[in-house]
Amino acid sequence: MAAAPNHRASPRRASRRRLPWGQIGTHLVLLLLAVLFLFPFYVMLVTSFRSPSELFTPEFHLLPQEFTGLKYYIESITTSPVLTFMKNGVIIALGILVMQILTAIPCAYALAKFEFRGRNLLLALVIFALTVPIQVPALPLYLGLNALGLLDSYFAAMVPFFLSVFAIFLFRQSFKSYPDEIIQAARLDGLSEWAILWRIVVPGSIPAIAAFAVFSITTHWNDLYWPLIVIRSNELMTPPLGLATFADVESGENYGALMATATILTAPLMLVFMLAQRQFVRGVTMTGVK
Amino acid sequence: MSVETTGAPRAFALPLRRKRLGAELPGWIAYALAAPSMILLCLLMLLPIAVMLVMSLTNYRFGDLSYAFIGVENYLDLADDRTFWRALSNTFVYVAIVVPGSVALGLALAVMTTGLRRGRKIYQMIFFLPVTATVVAMATVWKYLLHGTIGPFNLVLQSLGLPAIDFFSDPDLALTGLAIINIWSLAGFNMVLFAAGLTAIPSELYDAAEVDGLSEPLDRFFSVTLPLLGPTTLFVIVTSTITAFKVFDTVAVITRGGPRGSTDVLLYTTYLEGFSYFRMGSAAAMTVVFLAIIMVFALLQTWVLDKKVHY
Repeated sequence: MAAAPNHRASPRRASRRRLPWGQIGTHLVLLLLAVLFLFPFYVMLVTSFRSPSELFTPEFHLLPQEFTGLKYYIESITTSPVLTFMKNGVIIALGILVMQILTAIPCAYALAKFEFRGRNLLLALVIFALTVPIQVPALPLYLGLNALGLLDSYFAAMVPFFLSVFAIFLFRQSFKSYPDEIIQAARLDGLSEWAILWRIVVPGSIPAIAAFAVFSITTHWNDLYWPLIVIRSNELMTPPLGLATFADVESGENYGALMATATILTAPLMLVFMLAQRQFVRGVTMTGVK
Repeated sequence: MSVETTGAPRAFALPLRRKRLGAELPGWIAYALAAPSMILLCLLMLLPIAVMLVMSLTNYRFGDLSYAFIGVENYLDLADDRTFWRALSNTFVYVAIVVPGSVALGLALAVMTTGLRRGRKIYQMIFFLPVTATVVAMATVWKYLLHGTIGPFNLVLQSLGLPAIDFFSDPDLALTGLAIINIWSLAGFNMVLFAAGLTAIPSELYDAAEVDGLSEPLDRFFSVTLPLLGPTTLFVIVTSTITAFKVFDTVAVITRGGPRGSTDVLLYTTYLEGFSYFRMGSAAAMTVVFLAIIMVFALLQTWVLDKKVHY
């Protein structure tokens, strides 16, 4: 019997002695992986500061031999419509987000707090639509927009996303947990349903709405597929479409300017991520359940 | 970095059943609230899907003034079309590389970082960074990074005395090259999902395992961590499969399906058929196949999500 405490204690003592080594080993593995993960970002940055002659030599230097300063950034901004792409990206992502919030909130409220005929059918449709990516309705939407003469416009770039069933689904969950008693009290006070929704229920769901906003902006800032289909003119291109087109025209000759452009277009979302990691991760990982 | 779970588990939390409190309200209010969404759902989703199903039975080409119904001929053509089968098999090979790679790496990163006494946050931030980066921008970077002659990756290989690898000009390696990019951009995402699952494992279980003599980290990993992460792992696998199956951006930017069709994937082939060659009927048939496969994955996901919560 006396052996029992010893038996229990010995592995603990052993692990206490061993643990620092385990920790150090883990750090070494993680450091190596971190270097590998960061390498593409490093290459992007360092190439944007390198002179072209260095790119075509057979050895790779970690630092530029000749620092070009902001040359390629200025070149990128002045010779290609990078700022226009960014402006379009902001307009389209925000336009989509505003419409999604305006349409999803009332619908989510109806689904969360009302009983009406067809509610279950609507909910089933929402859940079905959750699984359908944009590539599925793309062909008919393209034909429809073409028939209406609306291709190559901000509207065409935004309209398929005016409704986010994901927002409906998410906001419904959030609204459902809002106490019915407060809503009922507000009704007795004579508030309209519209006022109850926007002044009482919505403020209680700001975290869910913020997480959705991050998710939506990230998705549409980064989307290539739909803009590639409906946008033709340079003045309307989004950052990914602009970069893909620009990279094509450059045909890989001017890597410095290309990497500077990539840096400029990647920076906004990276900055948001650095500043608001918690919200950002929450927002982005929601795609996992989408 | 937060390891919060997503909104989904709450979705399956038992709602408090309450009697309807809006009973005395006129019934049209709920319809009025839902109407904008219902109209958009019909116009942007249901109607297009119906049109697409019908279109897949026609020989319609964009710009043609007339078209004819040809039954299931588009589908029969697809069954005989070697390009289509190649795209389908490329897509599945791609998924078969990306999913194990990104799931195993994500799990390893989650286990390693959450076991750290210090530095967990900074490591998780670094591994999550690729998730936040614009795919098209990073695809351009990777294209240069892996370039056969001037790419830094090959320069490093050469300086170590190793032969250069030209990923995107070699039909045998191009798909792997694209898969590596996707593993890089997906591993951090999976890490966050796994880390959330790990924090839910009670620490008493590790103490109990130690009492049972399982003091080696690997023993504990296989006897406690992995079994308890089972439902999370299933979920991550299905989610990663759907993500990998929808690969498009890197193909469009880096290889355009080449060299010699080795990276021709389902969505890219469908895109070319519809929006480059404007053969709408056959593109619609391809989209139906795509939708059918996605629906299978989605059903799996719902089933897994259910299991995960009732575990």
